[in-house]
Amino acid sequence: MAHFEKANSIGEWFDQRLATKTLERVLAKEYWIPKDINFLWAMGMVLAITFGILLVSGIFLLMYYQPNVDTAFDSVNYTIMQEVGFGWLWRHVHAVAASVVFLIIYIHMFTGIYYGSYKKGREIIWVSGMLLFVAFSAEAFSGYMLPWGQMSYWAGMVITNLFSMGSLEMNGVVEWIRGDYVPGQAFLTRFFMLHVLLIPVAILALIGIHFGALRIPHVNNQNGEELDYEVEAEKYKSGNKAASKVIAFANDFMSKDMFVVAVYLIFFFYLTFWNYSFAMDPVNFDPADGLKTPAHIYPEWYFLWSYEILRPFSKDIGLLAFAFAQVIFVLLPWLDRSPNAVPASRRGLFKYWFWIMLANMIVLTTMGKLPPEGINNTIGLVSALLFIGQWLALPFVTMFEKKV
Amino acid sequence: MKEFIVLGVVVFFSVLTYWLVEPFAHGQMHKHVDSHQFQYADLPAVTKQGDATAGKDLVMGAGACSGCHSIEADGVPAMMEPDMAAASYGVNPPDLSNAGAIYDAKFLTDLIKNPAHALKVEHKFDPASGAMHPMVPFYGAGGDMDQEVADMVAYLQSIAVKPSEVTSKMAFENACGRCHAMKYANWTQMGETPNFKYKKDALRYEARVLDYQDSLKKYMGKLPPDLSMYTRSRNHHFLSTFIEDPQVHLAGTAMPRVGVTADGADKVLTYLEEIGDPSKANGDRDRIGMYVMIFSLIFAIFAYLWKREIWKDLH
Repeated sequence: MAHFEKANSIGEWFDQRLATKTLERVLAKEYWIPKDINFLWAMGMVLAITFGILLVSGIFLLMYYQPNVDTAFDSVNYTIMQEVGFGWLWRHVHAVAASVVFLIIYIHMFTGIYYGSYKKGREIIWVSGMLLFVAFSAEAFSGYMLPWGQMSYWAGMVITNLFSMGSLEMNGVVEWIRGDYVPGQAFLTRFFMLHVLLIPVAILALIGIHFGALRIPHVNNQNGEELDYEVEAEKYKSGNKAASKVIAFANDFMSKDMFVVAVYLIFFFYLTFWNYSFAMDPVNFDPADGLKTPAHIYPEWYFLWSYEILRPFSKDIGLLAFAFAQVIFVLLPWLDRSPNAVPASRRGLFKYWFWIMLANMIVLTTMGKLPPEGINNTIGLVSALLFIGQWLALPFVTMFEKKV
Repeated sequence: MKEFIVLGVVVFFSVLTYWLVEPFAHGQMHKHVDSHQFQYADLPAVTKQGDATAGKDLVMGAGACSGCHSIEADGVPAMMEPDMAAASYGVNPPDLSNAGAIYDAKFLTDLIKNPAHALKVEHKFDPASGAMHPMVPFYGAGGDMDQEVADMVAYLQSIAVKPSEVTSKMAFENACGRCHAMKYANWTQMGETPNFKYKKDALRYEARVLDYQDSLKKYMGKLPPDLSMYTRSRNHHFLSTFIEDPQVHLAGTAMPRVGVTADGADKVLTYLEEIGDPSKANGDRDRIGMYVMIFSLIFAIFAYLWKREIWKDLH
């Protein structure tokens, strides 16, 4: 038994037992963030808040949702939307947050690419971030199954079909995933489990790794400047805060984060109350019907670019292209051969690579939604080829970059 | 300053993506159909002034309307239960009490003379092939047929409530409710489902509803969909133009043009929203939305003041 003095305050009592003062110092007061940053550095906090909103609203919905093919649709659209007080509010918050979280993820991701924040010790941050993207995608997809509307059913049908691996016709795998020949009760219950337990747990673990991986290489800054954190921290601690190039995580960085979060919440709640149809597809308000295929089946907006990489090709090539698109972002830190971890604007050819990639992904996103006919097919094919070509070219684009 | 440029870039690409995906691409999934404000321009104009008293005689007598239709408002009860009527006619013929207030006069006039034409189901009911519409056309009672039809329409208008007194529920039940169920309003094609004390009575009633639906399936080709969530699954413009003329959206559909007035169509759509999305219909969403926006604004102001306070020493 260790020796304990009698505590003089509640704070001290906790400090003796949990080392709260040390925790506060390590996690907040002396966790150093560069000062030269802009509001894009708050996207991590915006994502954390959005995930929190999803978690809380999800808990409320979970109290009334029924994962049964006969009652799921009504439990969402009648019980939650009409009978439960403010059920409609939680459902709209959950649905809109699930869509907006991807907007922020994409902004966060392209910020990382633009500022080169995946290199020089930050590889684990990048890889864990991409794994979070995969986990959020799986979470979004499994959640989309739950209202058991027409889009739930048919998206479930189409996506699970991908696992037959084209001409390999591995239909046994598809049946194993579905637990049935077509999406049915077994399918709904297991995607319910994935949505409310397994994937959220994985996301929480990945968030832990993502945050932890940030600790040693520190957050990047707007100019890719290499900082001597010990020297800068000394300046800060000696009271010369204005001259120091670092700030403390809390409350310095946090106060700016919270302002960005507040502005974001205004935008978020505007969407929740008045402009939600982009996140709640009308087709999914028709109950699932295995005998009636909707005229158009399309994924939510955040999957459209990868859907469009699958679509313009023949079955097997399309699947290969799709698989390529899913994994290639993870490899970015190694495909980028340049020694520079600075903003794209200072990196020669990479600057063009970045903006073309961004624009092309928006083109792919648009084409993924447009009906596949006429000129749309050609544009989609060219865009998909450009996407693949850009990634194949990346090592050569960056190889000859001069050190800045 | 630089921060605003960065914000501008982010907002630009976000808005561009939104615009391309939603208004632009989503807008191309359905063909655009213009509304004609429920003018029914294809139907002949009504030229005669009707006389309600003469119309009553025709409706009850030579016109033989009351042989199939009930007119509860004028003391003519239904001769059969809805399920039996559906078994005989395919669908339960409507009660005519408020037809004059909900349906367009031009439409009623044409309907009496040539039901399949007014309903736009001539592709389905072609006398040449022996497929007669279950409603027998009025062939005239010996006088001026146009005058007689005008009299009958005048009679229907005289017994109906004023158009302004038609509720959204009445409009739905009259115009849609004999083919479409609305389970979130406790409504089947048989009407509002009563409460039963004993389960066997509830099951008997349910079996009758299923019988009705079977008759309807035979008549329509498939069971018309439940409309509970149509206010969310279809947009307002689509529903409105679909009600005005189903054939424009879905050529060859068995669904008849129901011939409601513009006001009647509005009321049907209002009812769909009241039942399918009550938190929008009753204003809760707007009201609570405003509170949340006010809260968020105040939160943003305090967050900004806090940031300024903290960053005072950092610059």
